[in-house]
Amino acid sequence: MLKRSNTLKNSEQELRIFRVRALLAVLVVLTLSSLLMGRLVYLQVIQHDLYSTRSENNRVRVEPLPPNRGLIYDRNGVLLAENRPTYNLTIVRERVDDLDETLALLVELLELPEEEIEAFNTRSRQRQRPFQPALLTSDLSEDQIARLAVNRHRLPGVEVEAQPLRFYPDAEIMAHTLGYVGRINAEEMKTLDAGRYAGTHFIGKTGIERFYEEELHGQAGLRKVETNARGRVLRELGRTDPVPGKNLTLTLDKSLQTLAYELLDGRRGSIVAIAPATGEILAMVSTPGFDSNQFVTGIDVASYRSLQQDLDLPLFNRATRGHYPPGSTIKPFLALAGLVEGVITPDSTINDPGYYQLPNDSRRYRNWLRWGHGRVDLERALAVSNNTYFYTLAHDLGIDDLHDQMSNFGFGQRVAHDVQGESGALMPSRDWKRGRFNQPWYPGETLSVGIGQGYWQVTPLQLASATATLANRGHWVKPRLAHDIGDTPVAQDLPDSLDDIQLAKDSWWDRVFNGMEKVLSGSEGTARRTGVGLEYRMGGKSGTAQVFSLGQDQRYNADELEERLRDHALFIGFAPLEDPQIAVSVIVENAGGGSTHAAHLARAMTDAWLLEDDAPDVEEVREVLEEDDANVEGN
Amino acid sequence: MPWHYIARSMRGHPVRPPESGIARRKSIWERIHLDPWLLGLLLVLMSGGLIVLYSASGQSMDAVIAQSVRFLIALVGMVIIAQLSPSTFLRFAPLAYGIGVIMLIAVDVVGDVGMGAKRWLVIPGVIRFQPSEMMKLAAPLMVAAYLNRCELPPRLRDIVVCLVLIGVPVVLTAIQPDLGTSLLVSSAALIVLLLAGLSWRLIGFISALGAAGVPLLWMNMHNYQRQRVLTFLNPESDPLGAGWNIIQSTTAIGSGGLWGKGWLQGTQSQLEFLPERHTDFIIAVLGEEFGLIGMLVLLGVYLLIVSRGLWMASTAQDTFGRLVAGSIILTFFIYVFVNMGMVSGILPVVGVPLPLVSYGGTSSVTLLAGFGILMSIHAHRRLLSR
Repeated sequence: MLKRSNTLKNSEQELRIFRVRALLAVLVVLTLSSLLMGRLVYLQVIQHDLYSTRSENNRVRVEPLPPNRGLIYDRNGVLLAENRPTYNLTIVRERVDDLDETLALLVELLELPEEEIEAFNTRSRQRQRPFQPALLTSDLSEDQIARLAVNRHRLPGVEVEAQPLRFYPDAEIMAHTLGYVGRINAEEMKTLDAGRYAGTHFIGKTGIERFYEEELHGQAGLRKVETNARGRVLRELGRTDPVPGKNLTLTLDKSLQTLAYELLDGRRGSIVAIAPATGEILAMVSTPGFDSNQFVTGIDVASYRSLQQDLDLPLFNRATRGHYPPGSTIKPFLALAGLVEGVITPDSTINDPGYYQLPNDSRRYRNWLRWGHGRVDLERALAVSNNTYFYTLAHDLGIDDLHDQMSNFGFGQRVAHDVQGESGALMPSRDWKRGRFNQPWYPGETLSVGIGQGYWQVTPLQLASATATLANRGHWVKPRLAHDIGDTPVAQDLPDSLDDIQLAKDSWWDRVFNGMEKVLSGSEGTARRTGVGLEYRMGGKSGTAQVFSLGQDQRYNADELEERLRDHALFIGFAPLEDPQIAVSVIVENAGGGSTHAAHLARAMTDAWLLEDDAPDVEEVREVLEEDDANVEGN
Repeated sequence: MPWHYIARSMRGHPVRPPESGIARRKSIWERIHLDPWLLGLLLVLMSGGLIVLYSASGQSMDAVIAQSVRFLIALVGMVIIAQLSPSTFLRFAPLAYGIGVIMLIAVDVVGDVGMGAKRWLVIPGVIRFQPSEMMKLAAPLMVAAYLNRCELPPRLRDIVVCLVLIGVPVVLTAIQPDLGTSLLVSSAALIVLLLAGLSWRLIGFISALGAAGVPLLWMNMHNYQRQRVLTFLNPESDPLGAGWNIIQSTTAIGSGGLWGKGWLQGTQSQLEFLPERHTDFIIAVLGEEFGLIGMLVLLGVYLLIVSRGLWMASTAQDTFGRLVAGSIILTFFIYVFVNMGMVSGILPVVGVPLPLVSYGGTSSVTLLAGFGILMSIHAHRRLLSR
């Protein structure tokens, strides 16, 4: 058995050792206990306030309530932009037993692409609060939701979350004008009012969505909720409801817009239609269009690249940013400038030998008809689009008056009230040329400007706006897209409007109108083929614009090259003459064959607007266009 | 108070335990080999623990009932153990120790994995238990049994043998890995050695050795263990990850203030901000709901138990009994200190439950078995004073 060293002395000594050690142990226990007590006093008395606050913050969380974005309607109440409920798939990692297994199962169930999983794993590496749902994929289909529901028991921690998403039912047709919303980026985040945008993920990026961002967005609300650490809301302590964004009613007419889009038939071009009396933009189309819905959830790199690299520039808004030489379409405005300045009267005539010569200059500036139109007055000059008449007029006006008068029509400046990203294009002047090229203005350049060539560049929107002003007999109305914001109509009298154009006699307007009517209805009219069978009086003016050069980095094959070097076809028109209801500008790039193509489209637009029961058939228009294609017509 | 008593005895005065008069007949408590003071304090502690548990478990009566049942089983075990004579423990110490070591090896080889560590030995459908838990008692018993054979203070050879005896289970537990238990096993056994009179020079030497071993220990740590240490050093560095526990528990305790938020009113606890709130972190619930006062009362109860235990240890009549009793009661205090220190943020998070308050059966059984041994040692004194 165990050895017992049981002498009294040893026993005494062992007891003494033990008691010394036990006493030390008591001291240690007391020291450590004091340490604990000190810590507790520190936490619970000295730092009590700090932890109290922290605990309170822990318990009560403020959750943002993002407002519903305002809807966008056309003038007839047709929905153009809506908020569609969509479903996102989220994962709370802490509740998932085996993440890899769960992800594999989800891939199998939902047929998710590998990139989504990779992107999710990348995002997962960033640390976040425990029990926060992490987005795996958005916009689940009904089918996917159903499959998830069936397999719910196998997928703890996987949840489906509802989130409204912007949707454009007619994306391609409306893309440029309406614009689109996209995820708020880091840059935008810096300038946004964090309170207003709490909980909002999307912001207007272009078009109406951007211009009326403030009205459409509304104001975020808040709710104070009591939660547990898993973020589960236990109850609501209080709330401020969000103020939803205002609905927007536009001046656009969806059916007219659709027609314009279909008329352009995928070609590069633009059509803008304005109601002259009110400045309401009835249609504003740039083609080719694109599916703006892709940009809402975030477009994938491949699709974006293909859109960007498309030579037809589908992302480019031609209607508001496309710069085109206006060609002969500006002749009516030039005529008006001559009348205002007293350089001509409606009865002034010139003799056209087929060319124009500056004094002391042997160079001949040619009419498009080599042998000339003979005696030409204002109306005939417009009808046949005589160049010599307008060379003379431009020369007599001089570039300074010409510039000032054309500015009164809105050329060289932004014209619209609420068009985002509009370009002012270019109305050349002496000052401009000196600033740009450090060169004086040459008289020959005035002649080029006189027939809408040279430096002069316009946007389709400017052309339509100037046409509307002309149709209004000089009364300037700012074009606008918004009809009502919420229930409030947009004010009629907008600031910064241009001065009205005054003629010495009001009847002179009729002379200009007559000239423009003869373009379509006169026996010599450049668009007389288009004017056949007109059921109302329409004024118009054709134009072609030469393509001078192509972008340097763009490569075309021979056929494409030939196509892209063809002239742009332009047309402006308004109707009916007595009380204009619609003014329209049409540009079809590289249409060739003179301006007929554009004229037909303009007529189809006015027909659609004015002949309610007899709307034009797009197919018929296309047949006419094909017939005309062989037929080279003068401008 | 025991320390007056110890102080007097150290001056060589013969000491007579107050309730063990020569002429007195055995009381009922002595007959059933239980210490009424210690038992009463333990019952107070367990009842209080159940009240806190009800709140910490999200007002689950089921948890309280389950815990009560475990307490009852553990109390029965304690009473049975208290009936055994200390010589039985002395005799069976080597056997228990040997079986324990074999089972620890078995765990490392075929053990069941739980929470990233092999701790459990499972006989399917029959039993599932942690051999390391048993080592908390077997290791100090073994060391005390060994030292009982030697002259004290122990000579170097005996000390080396003791260190080997301690080292084997500690290493086997540490590689499971279960750092908390391994530290508790080693401290329980080392306390025996310290109480036996390990020379101060050696204590200094071993401490130095231990300090030198820290880098080695660090290198062999699992990532989650390192993370715990790092988080302890700076919980704010990772407030949503590993630091979450500490921040939430200090917030719970701190927000309790002097008087607490009231029973079942602790928002941190009731809203599930607190992790492990009914097990290792249960004291944060107490701190939040009963405030500093509640914490001091609890600490007071623990100190009374420790005092009573130390007094019982110092009145034990042989070396083995003294060493075992002292080790059991001081280890008990270490539990308390490590748990409270960890939850209040002055120690790193190691998985040590709060004795007899945290939810869980195994530790309660071990603890009460220890108290059974303590009571046995106390009750089986020869009733004659020298």
